[in-house]
Amino acid sequence: MAESATGTDVPSREQSISSEFSQFGEKAKVAFTKKNRLKVMVRREDLVDIATFVRQKLMFDHCTNVTGTDFPKEKELEITYHFGSTDGAGLRGMILSLACRVPSGDPTLPSLISIFPSADYHERETAEMIGAIFTGHPKLGRFMLPEDWSDIPPMLKAYRLPGRLEAE
Amino acid sequence: MSIPLPSSGLLTEPISEDKLTVSIGPQHPGAGHFRFMITVEGDTITDCVPDPGYVHRGAEKQTEYRNYVQSIPVLERSSLTDVTNIIMPFCMAAEELMGVQIPPRAKYLRMIMSENQRIISHLYWLGIQGIFLGHSTMFMWPLGDRDVLIDLGQMLGGARITYSYVIPGGVRNDLPSGFKDKAFKVYDYLESRLKDYERMFFSHPLFLKRTRGVGVLPRDEAIKLGVVGPVLRASDVRSDVRIDEPYNFYDEVDFEVPTFKECDTYARCMVHLIEMRQSMRIIRQCLEKMPQGPVRTKVTMTQRAAAGEAYSQVEASRGAMSFHVISTGGPKPYRTKISVPSFRNLIALPRLLIGSHVADMPAIYWSLDYWPVEADR
Amino acid sequence: MVAEQVGASASEQKKQGPASGRDGPGLSILVGKAKEVIQQAIADPITYLANWGRTYSLWPVHLETACCSIEFGAVSGPRFDAERFGVLEAFGSLRQCDLIVVHGTVTRKMAPRLRMIYDQMPEPKWVIAMGACSITGGVYFDSYNVLPGVDQVVPVDVYVPGCPPRPEMLVDAFILLQDKIRNSNIR
Repeated sequence: MAESATGTDVPSREQSISSEFSQFGEKAKVAFTKKNRLKVMVRREDLVDIATFVRQKLMFDHCTNVTGTDFPKEKELEITYHFGSTDGAGLRGMILSLACRVPSGDPTLPSLISIFPSADYHERETAEMIGAIFTGHPKLGRFMLPEDWSDIPPMLKAYRLPGRLEAE
Repeated sequence: MSIPLPSSGLLTEPISEDKLTVSIGPQHPGAGHFRFMITVEGDTITDCVPDPGYVHRGAEKQTEYRNYVQSIPVLERSSLTDVTNIIMPFCMAAEELMGVQIPPRAKYLRMIMSENQRIISHLYWLGIQGIFLGHSTMFMWPLGDRDVLIDLGQMLGGARITYSYVIPGGVRNDLPSGFKDKAFKVYDYLESRLKDYERMFFSHPLFLKRTRGVGVLPRDEAIKLGVVGPVLRASDVRSDVRIDEPYNFYDEVDFEVPTFKECDTYARCMVHLIEMRQSMRIIRQCLEKMPQGPVRTKVTMTQRAAAGEAYSQVEASRGAMSFHVISTGGPKPYRTKISVPSFRNLIALPRLLIGSHVADMPAIYWSLDYWPVEADR
Repeated sequence: MVAEQVGASASEQKKQGPASGRDGPGLSILVGKAKEVIQQAIADPITYLANWGRTYSLWPVHLETACCSIEFGAVSGPRFDAERFGVLEAFGSLRQCDLIVVHGTVTRKMAPRLRMIYDQMPEPKWVIAMGACSITGGVYFDSYNVLPGVDQVVPVDVYVPGCPPRPEMLVDAFILLQDKIRNSNIR
């Protein structure tokens, strides 16, 4: 999927943080840098290490959102964690996104609630809505959908709303 | 393709002599459209399991089938008390992806509507907080005054609540004549009413006894759990998207962001009260400072957004609301993920209820300002 | 006879109710209504009394289904006072209630609970479907978790369109329901 940087003049805060990721080499690839936003692609094997780095060295202290997106053409799911910082120096308003692609046939990735407890309910909801499995999470299961839901997870593109025109 | 689904099991518990599991379900005067199960030993709550999803209407999936302007009514009804603030980040993300700049007058109008909506939402919160604590006058008074403010919003937006005023490109229409005078009159009236509320409710000895020292959420816990909004500000963290990442023209108006050191239910209630006053201050400044000009940049229904991602956040009435919009270059979003403040604050509910008395439950629960319709989207 | 006395005092009250200086069409409407009341009271006094009692004390269950509950809150507020019609949201048990107002969307998770609550209420009971979502699914009609209309789950007496309906429309719904009850046979 094409990521486009819509800002040509990138301020230095985002640049300095993205240069911190260069120590990981191939394990962390910066996808784009925009004003107050930074996205880094990681692999699921390195997710816990890089998340620990984000928490302890970069001082991002809470998780604002977890997005699960289905890309059926590449047969992958992309799980994106968005982190914000309250107490980190000069980091207010900045959102750092860590994105991880997993194959649709094996959508397991490690849970980050031991590092970021605020990701708890977001992970549960993503697991239910898109079918990702966060290993190490104590309680994945029915959360928001009805108890007798027996269909595929609704946010997959294969689940189409009945009678509507094609989705994007 | 086989995806192992998470199992949906029934809850079974052995019956014991001293523990009682109470399901405070959707039909309950103290719960709203939400269910949580508490385990009680004597008078102390020992466990709390929230069960959201009773109003889960799948708005995120529906935005994938509608273009950006058509998604506005669907998203708006996800949070009916806070209509302007839930569609604002979506419009901001859409404008970023489409590369559209909105005129400055539109930004001021968005601020006016957004702050008016904040006061309306806080008045509804106050009404329900009153009735949860048993003070039925405090239910009637804020709901009555809220109608006066809804009339003001109706003058600008056209409908009572769901006016779909903010759209990608700006706002739908300009101020009608006479709006400024009427607004000043309404806010002067509301200032005097807030003084009455303080005398009647916020300094009432029973209210103080039921909320001081109850439901304490310490500062480091609040940051670790990722709570937002008045809950975070009452835990001594001066964090507000309007000052952290100013959008519209919030960096050009003066206002205070209240914080309290006590971190208890009383602090959360007082934050709501002070925010109402600050919102009126912002609106007065906006009405004076607004430049003349257009209020909309034309965005057609089938306008395509550039491929990419946008993450925008806004300070809604209950906290920081953010939207993550992924686009693949078409007129409809590929994926919309909403992060609502109520859902982010829900994690504090078990943490606060465990160890407290059953009688403290309504005060703590509603002081978190958990709106189930918004949390379930 | 008891019924005649009831009918007579009701008609007297109706004549003395509004300002005494009014004449013209108002008075003839009053007289017509009074005649109707007396006819009903004499023809079937038990039904008349029972319906009269039920009409003016409709107690809705406190079940909020979705976002229309805000307008229901506004209806209970001081401007559109619902209590003057006898509609008092009894915060007690639902065994004392005889009305369900389905506020808005009913999701598939909420539907069995709604049916359970409807079954637990004692007879006679009525249902008002408030909002476009409870009539046909509204804005969310194609969603995966929404019932397209609540009359698949409970029998509905009055439909109130709108998204959300203005509080005046809900008050009109109460009046329509009261008319319906007044003219029904007791079960």
